[in-house]
Amino acid sequence: MKKGNPDILTEQTAQRAAWFNDPKIRAILYQIAVLGIVGLLGYYLFNNTVENLKRQSIATGFGFLNKEASFEIGESLIPYSAADKYIKALLVGALNTIKVAFVGIVLTIILGTFLGIARLSKNWLVSQLAAVYIEVMQDIPILLQLFFWYSFFYDILPSPREALEPLNGVFMSNRGLVFAVPEWHPAYQYVAMAFIAGCIAVYFMRRWARKRQERTGQLFPVFTLSLAIMIGLPLTTWLLSGAPLKMSVPELVGFNFKGGLNMSPEFGALLIGLVLYTAAFVAEIVRAGIQAIGKGQVEAAMAIGLKPGQVLSLVILPQALRVIIPPLTSQMLNLTKNSSLAVAIGFPDFVSVASTTINQTGQAIEGISLIMVVYLCFSLLTSLFMNWYNKKMALVER
Amino acid sequence: MTKSGKNHIQTEGLKAPVIRIGAVQWIKSNLFNGVFNSILTLVTLFFLYKIIPPFARWAFIDSLWFSSAEQCRAGAGACWSIIPANIRFIIFGFYPHELHWRPFVAMIMLVGLLFYSKNRDHWSQSLGYIWIAGLLTMGILMRGGLFGLTPVESDQWGGLPLTLMLSFFGMFAAYPLGVLLALGRRSKMPAVKTICILYIELIRGVPLISLLFMSAVLFPLFFPEGLTVNKIIRAQAAIIMFTAAYIAEVVRGGLQAITRGQYEAAESLGLNYVQKMRLIILPQALKIVIPPTVGILISAFKDTSLVVIIALYDVLKTTRSVLANPSWMGFSPEAYLFVALIYFVCCFSMSNYSRRLEKELHT
Repeated sequence: MKKGNPDILTEQTAQRAAWFNDPKIRAILYQIAVLGIVGLLGYYLFNNTVENLKRQSIATGFGFLNKEASFEIGESLIPYSAADKYIKALLVGALNTIKVAFVGIVLTIILGTFLGIARLSKNWLVSQLAAVYIEVMQDIPILLQLFFWYSFFYDILPSPREALEPLNGVFMSNRGLVFAVPEWHPAYQYVAMAFIAGCIAVYFMRRWARKRQERTGQLFPVFTLSLAIMIGLPLTTWLLSGAPLKMSVPELVGFNFKGGLNMSPEFGALLIGLVLYTAAFVAEIVRAGIQAIGKGQVEAAMAIGLKPGQVLSLVILPQALRVIIPPLTSQMLNLTKNSSLAVAIGFPDFVSVASTTINQTGQAIEGISLIMVVYLCFSLLTSLFMNWYNKKMALVER
Repeated sequence: MTKSGKNHIQTEGLKAPVIRIGAVQWIKSNLFNGVFNSILTLVTLFFLYKIIPPFARWAFIDSLWFSSAEQCRAGAGACWSIIPANIRFIIFGFYPHELHWRPFVAMIMLVGLLFYSKNRDHWSQSLGYIWIAGLLTMGILMRGGLFGLTPVESDQWGGLPLTLMLSFFGMFAAYPLGVLLALGRRSKMPAVKTICILYIELIRGVPLISLLFMSAVLFPLFFPEGLTVNKIIRAQAAIIMFTAAYIAEVVRGGLQAITRGQYEAAESLGLNYVQKMRLIILPQALKIVIPPTVGILISAFKDTSLVVIIALYDVLKTTRSVLANPSWMGFSPEAYLFVALIYFVCCFSMSNYSRRLEKELHT
């Protein structure tokens, strides 16, 4: 605010005012004072900590990461045994966190969008039910919901022998959720490759179509063709490689199920709780995003002759997404951070493995720093994405 | 609106068209307008029919309200008896049984203060003093030791008073800290700004549970030998640290919403920084951010439940220890629904109030 001062004024004031009234010098003094206080406080805490550690003879440093962990982890994406090192145990935990966050985010976005649209439905019953759901879920702590779902699995669901079968091939019991999945066949490898190839082809086709439209003004049926390529290519590969149809159906052997894909009660409770809770917040964001678009936008788009699909993809979505994406990413980050509550219901996520590590080694400072660093990395990545997105989507004004 | 008198006379004899909406008409236009909506309504009704009657049967018709655990195991419905049989432990935790009136009075006082503060006509400086006095009285009631009250150590506090205390004291202490952090973040001094940004982003980037672990395990290491701080106070400190960062971001939004002219006008009046902020900027900025601040209070209230993980006996933990009792084991849905109801009533009234306030402050 003092930028535009004419030179004469500063000269006069410089002569009159004492040095301690000069805002620049004051600012420096204030900052030295603040830094001094923070530094002293930090030094005091550091000193105390070092002394306490010495007195209680707790080892410091990250050397413990290379020692044998000697505890089992219930579920893991990579092979792990108790003979592995702590660092591998922590990696297993981090992968479990990523797993629950990834599956949770996908499901949350689907359910949240659905609820947000339901909230705006012209059908009174549907919109009121959505409103009640959103309000109730937002007002109950996530931890309580997690406990509830955990007890749902352990207290309410029957043993595997009397497992509920809500859908064909899906079994719910106090051992978790088991469902049928296609049995592994080399063909699926080719199908996946075909799908990726399809995606790349679609990407280049869209670029080409846009350029052609800019040059000639002619439209190209991008959407229909993209859909055809992305579904058709994997489907043809699957048919050509012999159309394997064998499913791995869960079967009751002894006291538990064999085959199929098993979801442990802990993972199930965590996933259900996180998705149902976060979806309520996402629904509000989606609703706000859709409502943010004026009726005039749609009418104007239709008036210049766009088809309904074009109105959606060229006018409504770009504007709604600009409103939706920033709060949505912060909700996704919240879901990831809330997944740390897994420690309360015994799912081996990163925090829970780290807390076992702390209990075994007594090295709390290192353990808690690791937890913080890992979550800071998540949020740093998110904010990098946000900055990139905001720059890309920023309104370009004349 | 006031057009010429001529127009007025012309419309005088006409009445607005009467639209009679009966129940049937309402159903038709809200539930069965169009094929898709009709199908949607029927499907929804079918699901409600599948869910609600069995639930109502379980919760109300077959349920037992005041019975022993053995009778409950024989019954088919909900066993609400777990609540009345254990209500005092769920609400007050390990607080001495004969002194339960003290936290009870403190809670009544808090609710009374909240209801009094609800009306915006009562907002004044003296209300602030009333709150400070009220919170002090509640503290004395809980802790005792003065005025002939038997002292109760804070490790015996628990249940709902603990939940309320952690959230309200947390909010009150975090608020000034949050405002300072927000001002620091907007400061032109690079060192101050960097420290504030580092603090805010660091805290907002990590889950609350890591701070609570820190309070439980690391805080004792930070202080010199012999100085032990109670576990509840340490958890309270972690909650304050956490909430302050979120308040800072909300307040920063308010500060950014104040137009430049306000800052410049205050400066041209010759006010110094403190006067400018205290008299001109903060009163306006803090008023704008009242609704999101209530939102933070709600999430702070919900987040206090995380102290379960460091084994403090808040209302969720007391409920869980009732459920760990062999005779009441297995009735967790009933117990959790009860706790959920407590949280829901508190949070819903707060969020309702925040919405009303938002409407009032806009107009």
